[in-house]
Amino acid sequence: MYKYDAIDQKIVDERVAQFRGQTERFLAGQLSEEEFRPLRLQNGLYVQKHAPMLRVAIPYGQLSSKQVRMLAHIARKYDRGYGHFTTRQNIQYNWPELKNVPDILADLATVEMHAIQTSGNCIRNTTSDQFAGVAHDELIDPRPYAELIRQWSTFHPEFAYLPRKFKIAINGATEDRAGTLFHDIGIHTVKDDSGEVAFRILVGGGLGRTPILGHVIHESLPKQHLFTYLDAILRVYNRFGRRDNMYKARIKILVKELGLEKFRAEVEAEWAHLKDGPSTLTQAEIDRVAEHFVDPAYESLPAVDADFEHHLLESKAFARWVERNVFGHKKSGYAAVTLSLKKTGVAPGDATDTQLDAVADLADTFSFGEIRVSHEQNLILADVKKHDLFAVWQRAKNLGFATPNIGLLTDIISCPGGDFCSLANAKSIPIAEAIQRRFDDLDYLFDIGDLAINISGCMNACGHHHVGHIGILGVDKHGAEFYQVTIGGNQGFNGKNDAALGKVIGPSFAQDEMADVVEKLIKTYVSLRHQDELFLDTAKRVGLDPFKASVYDRNVDKDAAKNAAKPSGHAEAEVANV
Amino acid sequence: MSNFKIIRDGELVDDDWTLVPTDGDVPATGKIIVPLKLWLSARLLPSDSLNALTARQAPVGVWLDGSDDVSVFADSIATIPLIAINFPKFTDGRGYSAATLLRSRYSFKGELRAIGDVLRDQLFYLQRVGFNAFAVRADKDIADALNALKDFSETYQASTIDPIPLFRRRTALFAEV
Repeated sequence: MYKYDAIDQKIVDERVAQFRGQTERFLAGQLSEEEFRPLRLQNGLYVQKHAPMLRVAIPYGQLSSKQVRMLAHIARKYDRGYGHFTTRQNIQYNWPELKNVPDILADLATVEMHAIQTSGNCIRNTTSDQFAGVAHDELIDPRPYAELIRQWSTFHPEFAYLPRKFKIAINGATEDRAGTLFHDIGIHTVKDDSGEVAFRILVGGGLGRTPILGHVIHESLPKQHLFTYLDAILRVYNRFGRRDNMYKARIKILVKELGLEKFRAEVEAEWAHLKDGPSTLTQAEIDRVAEHFVDPAYESLPAVDADFEHHLLESKAFARWVERNVFGHKKSGYAAVTLSLKKTGVAPGDATDTQLDAVADLADTFSFGEIRVSHEQNLILADVKKHDLFAVWQRAKNLGFATPNIGLLTDIISCPGGDFCSLANAKSIPIAEAIQRRFDDLDYLFDIGDLAINISGCMNACGHHHVGHIGILGVDKHGAEFYQVTIGGNQGFNGKNDAALGKVIGPSFAQDEMADVVEKLIKTYVSLRHQDELFLDTAKRVGLDPFKASVYDRNVDKDAAKNAAKPSGHAEAEVANV
Repeated sequence: MSNFKIIRDGELVDDDWTLVPTDGDVPATGKIIVPLKLWLSARLLPSDSLNALTARQAPVGVWLDGSDDVSVFADSIATIPLIAINFPKFTDGRGYSAATLLRSRYSFKGELRAIGDVLRDQLFYLQRVGFNAFAVRADKDIADALNALKDFSETYQASTIDPIPLFRRRTALFAEV
């Protein structure tokens, strides 16, 4: 992984000093709340329900064991012994004190970490595929380019006060595991006709209030033009993006209002001035960064390991874990392991300091001391020998993160929701837990197969509910928490290019109805599916009606009674602005 | 001439320019900064007009908002001694792109001044995109603001004041750090 040189380190150290000064001036009353707000946000610091929330960047999801131990240390020393991994490869601490934040940042800087631009109207942490560099289906390792983008975007002086936040994701495999279609800019590393690395650039995707899938603005951008082309897009957005209404300020709205062709023409006109200028990437710089991402010292191993095969036959539980939590590796005899942070009863994405320390130990023992974070809020050991999988499983089980549910219904993606977040309309975590408890039969879960449930506590869509196969959105109905359900969303293109936004099935539901609703939807799927057909495929084939019938028919009397008692009840659907 | 202090080229100096507000009266003498609209209307008048602006001996600068189109200066940029970009709110980032364009696209060499909601914690970025003068908001300590110009000793990207990005300088720099 990328290691800072003295210059990288100095920049992060100077940021700590800068933020320390800003915090001191705020606490001394020399900076107003309004003046301090963008400064603290660009350091990942929110003011939340209980305390400030600090969001720390995990650039493109890569961590060393040393860094993970520091995350554990921070959870212990400054927080309540845990952290929350987010859907954008960050970790959030929910209980720090404002006055301690400069010290936390200083601690992070000692392990080459920071909270730079994890919030605010600026270029955010660049995200990528959690299996980058090891995936069996990878075309080009995106990590060197993700790091180059990190450096380009860090303290970019022209784009620190954009109309709204700006998120970039980069993916280099057949399967899109980075959600590039719903980012402000999505990048696919590809090979052009001459076999050179190039980028397919997508623009104007996003979730939130107005979910839109990104459009291809450049099919094959030669790699040396990466920064100048990004500069051109950002400049057009910075100048012409709407600033009069925060709900229409994302680049997706500008692209939509101008139309893709007009927007592309603006970008091309701007780029004509920048192209081949000093910001043109050099091969030397690409090589310098890429050197940090060379393969670790893999052993030459046979594809089949006898012990591993033996354990697979002996232990059904192990075999199940392998089926769901082990991912194919490019290197013979190796595998990538996902440690589930989706154990029933634990908020999705939460990890304790003890678990973090233990993960660091596991990584040191079994995976070259490196850990990845997925946007599905799980942790990954990317380079485990097949021979060691059984030992890893046993240890992970004892530590509470061997739940064999990756990609299954209980691997719920969820924002922190109303329990923590002051933006939320409704809670997310109790909904996730109620659903997990309802589906406690592992055989049934495996029978259902791949199913993504995404829960967001509000329109901001941190739980990416639009792309859940079943999406759940918390809405406020006259001061009460209700949940709108969508079906048919899909985050990746799985090589099929079928990413889609979910469709609202109808009126929203009360919190205590949600486990029933999901159960009915699943029963409907099971009754209608063709052999081996996944939920998503059944939903696509049969449409919304059978699902609607399953959840609304039996509720008719109940609804009528409620509406009679309270005319302004929850009958109106909150229609997502697709 | 006012006693108002500004930062210019990294130093605290007295401001020797008078800013003419929108629809404000143009003073008879002295260096003035006029609104873009007035500057454009004066420029469009015939050269023998009695227009007060064009007949002045003292220099005339122009101010605009970050949202204004700076391409209007394209063919007269060399004759303008000062351009001020107004930040209605410090969070409105359009002035950063306007400044970048003035310096890089139109090769503006005169004083580029940030006016309006100009605060210490934005000065470092403002300086990088090409502002060399800052009229820090009057209720703030301008001497304190001066410190912000040195917040960082190194930066990654190309910008107006560092046209060569770090990656093209890195090898040479590395020996010095």
